[in-house]
Amino acid sequence: MGAFKETKFPADAPAAQKALGWVDDRFPLTKLWNDQWGKYYAPKNFNFWYIFGSLAMLVLVLQIVTGIFLTMHYKPDANLAFGSVEYIMREVPWGWLVRYMHSTGASAFFIIVYLHMTRGLLYGSYRKPRELIWLFGFAIFLCLMAEAFFGYLLPWGQMSYWGAQVIVNLFGAIPLIGPDLSLWIRGDYVVSDATLNRFFAFHVIAIPLVLLGLVAAHLIALHEVGSSNPDGIEIKENLGADGHPVDGIPSHPYYTVHDLFGVSVFLTIFSAVVFFAPEMGGYFLEYNNFLPGDSLKTPLHIAPTWYFTAFYSVLRATTADFMWVLMFFVAAYVVFIWLKSRLATTTKTIIAVIALVAIVGMLPQVLDAKFWGVVFFGSSVVILAFLPWLDKSPVKSIRYRPSWHKYVYAVFFISFLTLGYLGTLPPTEGRTIVSQVCTLLYFSFFLFMPWWSAMGTFKKVPDRVVYHGH
Amino acid sequence: MNYAKRILATLALLPGLAFANEGGIPLDKAPDRSNNLAALQNGAKLFVNYCLNCHNASSMRYNRLKDLGLSEEQIKANLLFTGDKVGEMMTTTMNPKDAKAWFGVVPPDLSVIQRAKASGAGSGSDYLYTYLRSFYKDDTRPTGWNNLVVNNVAMPHVLWELQGVQKVNMKEVADPHEEGKTTHQFAGFEQVAPGKLSKLEYDTAVADLVGYMEWMAEPAAQTRKKLGVVVVLFMTMFALLAWRLNASFWREVK
Repeated sequence: MGAFKETKFPADAPAAQKALGWVDDRFPLTKLWNDQWGKYYAPKNFNFWYIFGSLAMLVLVLQIVTGIFLTMHYKPDANLAFGSVEYIMREVPWGWLVRYMHSTGASAFFIIVYLHMTRGLLYGSYRKPRELIWLFGFAIFLCLMAEAFFGYLLPWGQMSYWGAQVIVNLFGAIPLIGPDLSLWIRGDYVVSDATLNRFFAFHVIAIPLVLLGLVAAHLIALHEVGSSNPDGIEIKENLGADGHPVDGIPSHPYYTVHDLFGVSVFLTIFSAVVFFAPEMGGYFLEYNNFLPGDSLKTPLHIAPTWYFTAFYSVLRATTADFMWVLMFFVAAYVVFIWLKSRLATTTKTIIAVIALVAIVGMLPQVLDAKFWGVVFFGSSVVILAFLPWLDKSPVKSIRYRPSWHKYVYAVFFISFLTLGYLGTLPPTEGRTIVSQVCTLLYFSFFLFMPWWSAMGTFKKVPDRVVYHGH
Repeated sequence: MNYAKRILATLALLPGLAFANEGGIPLDKAPDRSNNLAALQNGAKLFVNYCLNCHNASSMRYNRLKDLGLSEEQIKANLLFTGDKVGEMMTTTMNPKDAKAWFGVVPPDLSVIQRAKASGAGSGSDYLYTYLRSFYKDDTRPTGWNNLVVNNVAMPHVLWELQGVQKVNMKEVADPHEEGKTTHQFAGFEQVAPGKLSKLEYDTAVADLVGYMEWMAEPAAQTRKKLGVVVVLFMTMFALLAWRLNASFWREVK
């Protein structure tokens, strides 16, 4: 570290330049800007799918700002919460707008994040050297789910109340500590004022703090290794005379104006929803949630908000009968690993032992289906984190994979969407069977990925990115 | 490849299997009163006269009725039955304990009931419009009234003087779910005693009342939609400019 040196400017230099120099001597402001955006070289062949990162950032800011204003008027008290939301909707100037922006923003955040993850899946953005970016992103997704879950209790409507009741009760399925654990989370025997207060604390400060830290880590990691692109080519491997990637382009001004366009299109759609369909047919704001939470009146049909329903469907699909199918599935998977995988025998043995313990645990005499429902519910989310190590394809992007891989992805996305759709509906026998099939397809996509992703004839990846000028 | 396509096609059809019949009686479409101030004022009058005796609308401030074209004096002189000041909330004077003893339940707050009653079967207004026109005489009930939308409803027919008394005709039809059995099915109302209003006048009055309840559930709704047109137009213009700005920068990228 060199000694401190004040940068000298000519006396007639503009005041702004002098001020910036003064700051730069003391804080790497210009350096930060250039590293993170201004001189950050991004591939020039980004397509539609690459807009959702900046949109997610925008919605995060939107949620924080509208959230701050809501906190000024909201009352985290079981007797006052419901009324205070209506107070915001009626008495607070522009309160209805802030509230609708926040409630629509929550759904928009999930739509954007799901599309952002889909992009990662299609173009193999999680592949080496971007595994940590994916893991930070996964942690952001977990935080987002927690944030949405805690926030959803706050309006204290019937769906808020019973949704929280159902989800917290899930922890009760954990053997031995379960009942005490859910009691500890609620702070009471039922969801009550104590629950509301702590959920409020988590929603307005605890989770947002973690979320912001993770977003920073996600971006720093991204700008360290550089962005991937729809061709899955490392642009840093082909540098020009100026030391910059020949297929790269400085983010400013090119992606600044590009993202500005994306933001304007997004905000047009977003405003259309906020101003004309804030309830979105009962998906963004559920009808039942306009009744105050009542611990004595259980609604006939309790479903989480749409963005959780796919995972919730996995939970509901895990019925006692289905456990036998799952036991067979686990056993078959272990046999498959022994026959097909090149893992060390020790690793294979460990996997077999774990599977055996699980199968024994899945017997109705040992642990009930409810517990395993919670396990698979959790696994259906956590399995996403393993993608960088499950994908063995020699190419990153779907563009250069065998054509039939597209059908594998299509089956996966349709299973996920079907699970999501069924999760919004009350269960019937037929729906349960469909969701069980989709659950198996969903897990198979990941569990067999090390094999199918390496199969087939791969196309030749070009040396330069595919880009057609405007 | 064909096999993969077949699997895809089957999967794509699956959600269709999930639809189920919602059941219950079909709801009548409530006439739209959202831009008819005279009708909404009439609805407000009916609401404070008939509903507010037992129900609260505790999120609704009396002087917000100014949005319906009424002055504070008009509100005070004609509509202010349960409070002293126009700045007060619409609350009932009925004691919740008495209500519980008389009806078995405390009458629900009506501030946002129109939004709460929406479902796949129809809007909240459709529900209320059908509900308030479906009371019928039933001597087996403690209040002497029953309702076709909410079976064994706790609420008596508060508007009976206006509608008169109607009874319900049922017919026996074959049960589609169980062979050889029959089931009761609704076969129309029959007017037993006339009310102050004709059927058409009563339907209009209920439509006004429901229109008012729809307005009360979200007083800012009209402002929201009007402002929305401006915002969406502005954003579209902005998007067009941003599109051209983007294009002008990217033209130089080869």
